Amino acid sequence: MMNLPWLFGGRTASAPVARERLQILLAHERGSRGQPDLLELLRSEILSVVSRHVVLDPEKVIVRMDRGDAVSMLEVDIEVPNVVEKWIAAVT
Amino acid sequence: MAKVLVVTSGKGGVGKTTSTAALGATLAQMGQKVVVVDFDVGLRNLDLVLGAERRVVFDFINVVQGIANLSQALIRDKRLDNLWLLPASQTRDKDALTEEGVSKIIAELRTRFDWIVCDSPAGIERGATLAMRYADEAVIITNPEVSSVRDSDRIIGMLDSKTVKAEQGGRVEKHLLITRFDAARAARGEMLNIDDVLEILGIPLLGIIPESQDVLRASNVGSPVTLNDASSAPARAYVDAARRLIGETVPMIVPAPRKGLMDRLLGRRAA
Repeated sequence: MMNLPWLFGGRTASAPVARERLQILLAHERGSRGQPDLLELLRSEILSVVSRHVVLDPEKVIVRMDRGDAVSMLEVDIEVPNVVEKWIAAVT
Repeated sequence: MAKVLVVTSGKGGVGKTTSTAALGATLAQMGQKVVVVDFDVGLRNLDLVLGAERRVVFDFINVVQGIANLSQALIRDKRLDNLWLLPASQTRDKDALTEEGVSKIIAELRTRFDWIVCDSPAGIERGATLAMRYADEAVIITNPEVSSVRDSDRIIGMLDSKTVKAEQGGRVEKHLLITRFDAARAARGEMLNIDDVLEILGIPLLGIIPESQDVLRASNVGSPVTLNDASSAPARAYVDAARRLIGETVPMIVPAPRKGLMDRLLGRRAA
């Protein structure tokens, strides 16, 4: 359908703006779909590797990704109970 | 062969429950044996829209937990012999709904009905994923508005990845139902038009339900819009959509803008 706002009075048609914004947004979102799962995968693998050596609370393993323009930062935050640290010290 | 149809959208308030009631009632009127299932645990409303709120004794969760059997929980519609409702539970415990429980109930419903129409809750959490989990087909309800279209796109992605059909390498058949469409506003460029939405979402169109006061009027009195006023524009659009669901070929009528008073006074063309 033609958009000829001047035919219908002063207001500019906003639907074309909506359409363009959606097209750009969805192209981006569809591309990155499934990516958040990458973090979950990393988290579970890191958890299983570390758990082989120390007892961990799975809730205390936090994996985060900060996206930058040039590089992204992968942040892994694992809380280890002090009891375990002493245990490690004793073994080594 | 029984068909499991999920009515879903991602966004809330776009017309899932209204559409479930209207499509379910129409399929039942066509002679199909239909059960409409409310998946909105904690916020059930399908009973209210169907006018059966005072007849709920047992619900979905009661059946899952073995407190009641399916026959005790199913409510037969007073107007249509072929239409049944399985109400959602009002429990605040969202985890009461389990994949195993849903699987069992859907399997049992498949042996008794031609159509199992699942009314999904809004969002992408447990209730919504379980409502679509066993679907053969999906009706995606979309308003011609940016947030609704975006959420529908997300839901389409989930239908293609998180359903049993998708995991087994199959495809959930998807249908787009555009609701609350205002032809006059679309013609003035104030609202996304049908072609815009179709092009963006890329799934086949099942129907276009015009924005109408008849929808609220019907829910006020607890009746599917198709039964409350069968001659109204939304009722006719829902009947056409239901006929397409059972495989009939029905020409698509894009609602034409009605000329408003200002248009007439100023001699404007409507589209």
